[in-house]
Amino acid sequence: MSLTDFRSTEAPAARRARTNRTEIVGGRIAVTLKYLSLVLASVVVLLPLLVLLMASLKTNDEYVNGEPFDAPGNWFNLDNYVTAFTEGGMLRAFVNTSIILVVSLVGTVLIGSMAAYALDRFEFRLRKTIILLFLLATLVPGVTTQVATFQVVNNLGLFNTRWSAIALFLGTDIISIYIFQQFLRSIPRELDESAAIEGASSLTIYFRIILPLLKPAIATVVIIKGITIYNEFFIPFLYMPDRDLGVISTSLFRFKGPFGAQWEVISAGVILVIVPTLVVFLLLQRFIYNGFTSGATK
Amino acid sequence: MATPTNTASRVSGLSGATPARRLGPGGRRRQGLRRRKTITPYLFLIAPVALLVVFTYVPVVNMFGYSVTSWNGLSPSKEFIGADNYIEIATRPELFGVLRVSLYYIGASVIQIVLALYFATVLSFNVRFRNFFKGIIFFPYLINGVAIAMVFLYFFEPGGTLDSTLNAIGLGDLSRQWLGDPGTINYSLAGTSLWRYLGLNFVLFLGAIQSIPAQLYEAAEIDGANRWHQFRFLILPGIRPIVGLSCILAISGSLSVFEIPYIMTGGANGSETFVTQTVFMAFKAYKVGLASAMAVVLLLIILLITWVQRRVVPDEKVNLS
Repeated sequence: MSLTDFRSTEAPAARRARTNRTEIVGGRIAVTLKYLSLVLASVVVLLPLLVLLMASLKTNDEYVNGEPFDAPGNWFNLDNYVTAFTEGGMLRAFVNTSIILVVSLVGTVLIGSMAAYALDRFEFRLRKTIILLFLLATLVPGVTTQVATFQVVNNLGLFNTRWSAIALFLGTDIISIYIFQQFLRSIPRELDESAAIEGASSLTIYFRIILPLLKPAIATVVIIKGITIYNEFFIPFLYMPDRDLGVISTSLFRFKGPFGAQWEVISAGVILVIVPTLVVFLLLQRFIYNGFTSGATK
Repeated sequence: MATPTNTASRVSGLSGATPARRLGPGGRRRQGLRRRKTITPYLFLIAPVALLVVFTYVPVVNMFGYSVTSWNGLSPSKEFIGADNYIEIATRPELFGVLRVSLYYIGASVIQIVLALYFATVLSFNVRFRNFFKGIIFFPYLINGVAIAMVFLYFFEPGGTLDSTLNAIGLGDLSRQWLGDPGTINYSLAGTSLWRYLGLNFVLFLGAIQSIPAQLYEAAEIDGANRWHQFRFLILPGIRPIVGLSCILAISGSLSVFEIPYIMTGGANGSETFVTQTVFMAFKAYKVGLASAMAVVLLLIILLITWVQRRVVPDEKVNLS
């Protein structure tokens, strides 16, 4: 491409003076349209959420007899939240999700960084083959193989235990290995090489040098992976049907049954699920944007 | 499960260091290191490779195996029936025909990518409350899928948010059973999907646009280029690889839509997708053989699309400077 394509033969200054007035008017319209589109997008995003927030604060009577846009009579009516939390089993759901989240994240960080360390810092015969294995696996969308994965999980005796979800979160995660590998390349080899010369074992090098230096990458992986696990529906739904093992997603899904048309309670459950995400997002905004761009594009 | 994870780009990244790098200064020392510790890397790789094989390669191989049997998923014996499952998929229109539903989601993805490009371009330049708008547009992508499905069930309820909004702006006549009418159900669901995933495309494009060197815009402005020219001749070529990639992810995501229709409608009124149907076949109708064959078909279609993408938009580095 060439930028000279749209350079006219006229001197730019003369041309600019002539078109100045129309440009100002046109510019104003463009700016107005720009802000209008941004405001419209914000309304489209926020409206469904805000209406649900209002619904969650209404009494059943207010919900049945009112319109969605009617404000709740008492903005601090938290009865529905109490119902969702106790009867809907949201407390248990948060506990289960936290257990799976912590174990999976620790495992992902260790396994991913170990794999990346081995692949980046060592020359060995099967290196190319193993890299190829990881590469090919990225081409297989998880959702297509679940029918057969289910049989594997079942045969391992993991069905209906938390370990099924943990094993799948650890086993099907290749993006974290990739992020760690990208980051490892920017760490000078001289660092761990000199440690090796002084007699440090590979394990010592990994734990004392590599892992601490990987902190920024670990943050990225924990954020991206954490959000994915918190939001995952398919895996817990399929592998942990037991009520007591319900996580956030599956417990909220079950609201459809007992609370049926009680939208004020369902809304409270939904808001309960969204609030932690919102808090994390507001606190870690910058890292989240960076994580998604570096995790997905490079 | 239509989460657009970024398959193709990850592929290029994992390819490892080039041989040239490995022969840099210190090569001799490294060779010494290598001789001493030939089994060390394998020790580090035991866990990741074992997990990879058990949860990716074993299922893929088994899936091809199941797809030529009439196995129900429970009985100890699997009866070999050859290509019968594949013939059934090809000849029973209600099986293969559900792929038609994907067209709604593909349509929504086109709008999604165009909107994401627009907002990413606008928000790359000086805009008041820029971070606020960025956050608003991206946030839905982070919300739990079940929560989103519930939000939009309420949104599309008769007398719900959408109907009330239409009433408020004087378009009340348009109200209908958004999720009960086979004519609108897939538009409603695809719209929900657009709302959910726009943010991801937006952030990816935003990141790509911001990596274009600022002096190029200055040069363009001196040359008299307006915003449209800048978009057409600078931004678009600069982020072409990521746009191409987003298109592929959109297509494979649209083919494997699961969460939104499964939670919102359970596949009723013609909103059944290929994956909701596969899940039904495998885990409710106990036709693991047939479901495996469907999964194989989907996998092959997605691999084919990925391959076409790699041919059409090679993963080249765009050089603008």
